[in-house]
Amino acid sequence: MIAFWIQNASHAQLQELWWLLCSVIGALFLFLTFVQGGQTLLWQVAETETEKDLIINSLGRKWEMTFTTLVLFGGALFAAFPKFYATSFGGAYWVWILILFTFIIQAVSYEYRKKPRNILGARIYETFLLVNGVVGILLIGAAVGTFFTGSNFILSSYNLVTWTSSLRGLEAAFSLFNLSVGLFLVFNARALGAMYLLNNIDFSENGGLEERLRAATYKNFLYSLPFLGWFVVQVIPMDGYGIGENGEIIRVTFKYFLNLIQVPGLFFALVIGLVLVVTGAMLTAKTEAKCGIWSSGLGTVLLGLAIFGMAGFNNTAFYPSKVDLQSSLTIYTASSSMYTLQVMTWVALLIPVVLAYVVYVWWSMDRKKMSVAEVSGVGGSY
Amino acid sequence: MIENFDLTMVNWARAQFAMTAMYHWVFVPLTLGITWIIAFYHTIYVKTGSEEWKNLTKFWMKLFGINFAIGVATGIIMEFEFGTNWSNYSWMVGDIFGAPLAIEGIAAFFLEATFFAVMFFGWNRVSKGFHLFSTWMVAVGSNLSAVWILVANGWMQHPVGQAFNPDTARFEMQNFTDVVFNPVAVSKFTHTTSSAMLFAALFIISISSFYLLKGRHVKMAKRSIIVASVFGLLASGFVGFTGDEAAYENARHQPMKLAAFEGLYQGEKNAGLVAFGMVNSKKQVGDDQDAFHFEIRIPGLLTMLANRKFGTFVPGINDLVYGNAEQGIMGAAEKMEKGKVAITQLDAYKKFKKAGDEAAATAALSIFDENKDYLGYGFLTRPEEAAPPVALSFNAFHIMVVLGTVFPLVFLAYLYFSYKDTLLEQKWLLGTGTIMFFLGMVAQQAGWVVAEVGRQPWAIQDLLPVTVARSNLTAGTVQTTFFMFLVLFTILLVAEISIMLKQISLGPKES
Repeated sequence: MIAFWIQNASHAQLQELWWLLCSVIGALFLFLTFVQGGQTLLWQVAETETEKDLIINSLGRKWEMTFTTLVLFGGALFAAFPKFYATSFGGAYWVWILILFTFIIQAVSYEYRKKPRNILGARIYETFLLVNGVVGILLIGAAVGTFFTGSNFILSSYNLVTWTSSLRGLEAAFSLFNLSVGLFLVFNARALGAMYLLNNIDFSENGGLEERLRAATYKNFLYSLPFLGWFVVQVIPMDGYGIGENGEIIRVTFKYFLNLIQVPGLFFALVIGLVLVVTGAMLTAKTEAKCGIWSSGLGTVLLGLAIFGMAGFNNTAFYPSKVDLQSSLTIYTASSSMYTLQVMTWVALLIPVVLAYVVYVWWSMDRKKMSVAEVSGVGGSY
Repeated sequence: MIENFDLTMVNWARAQFAMTAMYHWVFVPLTLGITWIIAFYHTIYVKTGSEEWKNLTKFWMKLFGINFAIGVATGIIMEFEFGTNWSNYSWMVGDIFGAPLAIEGIAAFFLEATFFAVMFFGWNRVSKGFHLFSTWMVAVGSNLSAVWILVANGWMQHPVGQAFNPDTARFEMQNFTDVVFNPVAVSKFTHTTSSAMLFAALFIISISSFYLLKGRHVKMAKRSIIVASVFGLLASGFVGFTGDEAAYENARHQPMKLAAFEGLYQGEKNAGLVAFGMVNSKKQVGDDQDAFHFEIRIPGLLTMLANRKFGTFVPGINDLVYGNAEQGIMGAAEKMEKGKVAITQLDAYKKFKKAGDEAAATAALSIFDENKDYLGYGFLTRPEEAAPPVALSFNAFHIMVVLGTVFPLVFLAYLYFSYKDTLLEQKWLLGTGTIMFFLGMVAQQAGWVVAEVGRQPWAIQDLLPVTVARSNLTAGTVQTTFFMFLVLFTILLVAEISIMLKQISLGPKES
């Protein structure tokens, strides 16, 4: 059945499937940014060195999942939509370089922070984690925002990109809309981080930390709402860019609103996502529940799917050019060849297997909560 | 296509990629190799229940973890550098090159990342069997990632299974199996992973020798040395075998690289291999200076290495640049002419197509098709540009080969004295052993210099020179990020070495 579909799918169907797969990977990444969010809480909720260690060790079991998902997101975009990869990374140079920079400094920080003779000292590695959690996620949000607000590029007939802003992508961070996406992601990641830690740590010896994490969940959830609200209020009446009858890119009034109406799945993902995010945060803040991360996590995934879906489906230019409309990229013009997408679709059949063992390992490792004894060195710790 | 390019920017972009790759390769071979040895130690612990083997496993695991983190940090930038600094490359070959990178993420990185946490922190959280399974999965995952990135690299050296699509103006995949089983990719993977195993064995030999010289952790060090020496000796044999295969594939698909790393300017039958020599670094292709200040050649050996048949011809740099009618070798100048025709006709095809003139478009396409195999040569400005830096290629190759010959002798010596139980008395050997890790690193870096410098000026062999593969950035921008990464990676490297040395001085827990 699946084999038959892959063999007989049209190029357009494969392009849409791959936009969906990239969206799923991107949305899962947004959920996994609870690691980055948790990193930024280190300075606010941990009052003792032991509490810091608990947080670091709890997040440290997961940081690689987030990192790997980001790498896969990049790899999948490269393979499935190479014109986007070439245009965005080669054009919006500085925004991507800075994002990467924050992930480089994150990668060593867990392992090196508490190691003797680490040269820089624990505080610097903790600062690296903070920078990754704030600057990295904010800029990723701003980059996602450009899917709606557009970027400053022109493509030649050979698809060579010329970026017309000297800020090379950093200009994205000066748009209120893009900033609101970034700030929503930062505060949402912080709320998710607090909920993850609540779910993962044994508080029998640290009751105060539990209370502070519940308070952090609530506060950060509240802080995230205006930015999410601004995004929704702005995006619904926003003009977008679609594909005209002759294949040219045209301006479409209320494009993203139309996408929500014409592709009901996106509408439901947005609404259910919002409900789940609110439910998770309120459950955590107002009850003794520790499972809020699953509700808000799933909600974040659905919100992510809605955002990426609105940007790319329903004949929308997902990477609009503000300076040359016809240079704008759609999933049909930016994609790989049909043969490559077919090959990649066969490989994508591995994704459920990967998800299965990730879930199993997650469950196996997290059955026992992170305890003070464990971070003291029994069983290995950061 | 690209009329004017900023050579300064291209060179900074090349420098940045080389710097990132070299830093990355400081850490990765150890990760690739030592995971197998750790898995082996871990297996013995699970089988015997011995605390000594557990401590041994945990000690090497700790050093692995310190190294792994920075390998990950330097790795992410490499994937995205294809987009940031080489965006035209990303567009022109992304249809083929992107797939192995995505598969690497799905099939390898998640395996590595997921089981890494269990391997390090699963001692009291999961069953012994599942814990051991996880350690093996980390070894499998990290080496699987090497498969896919080397499939991608192998394709750059020998671009099979693809065709140029004039409508999209890019190369597109035609046969995935050809890309995966590309003989250059296969030899690259086997040579790289076996050399990584050799390198990990040298790492263990170095640290264990240090302990023996200091009279510390003697039992653990002796055990480690025996396992590492057997492992290293087997790996050495495989490195030699796969190295021979790599040279043979070079002769088939990248004869210029082979000629450069042997400093062979004038091709000949029964060409000799330089056993020892000092290359003239001032010599330029086409001038009449001697290639060597002095050299000692082993007659016929290069011919055997390249063609596996006595009496056959090995082309030199001059033959490949200026052509050799007698041997039927087309020179770079002729290829450049054909390449320029291909570029002109591609332009014409696109213009006619846009204007709706199908007949003229078909005619232009027909001429393009006749010349498209030389497309990349059309971007060169002089035939001599087709040759890579000879002195660097030669020196790197010979350093790699000499060191690769010394290592198995060292492993044999360690095994011999271990067997005689007189290893502790061999201070000279233990002293030599402590620096083996650094020599292994030199050999590793030299190997990649041969592979990557030797294929210049090509990003994709014969099809896309680095000058065309670049992004549209200023030299100043790339310079800035070059120094940003240089400073950051250097700080992290210093921190890593400092942490590693401290952990080594602390040593494993004694039972």
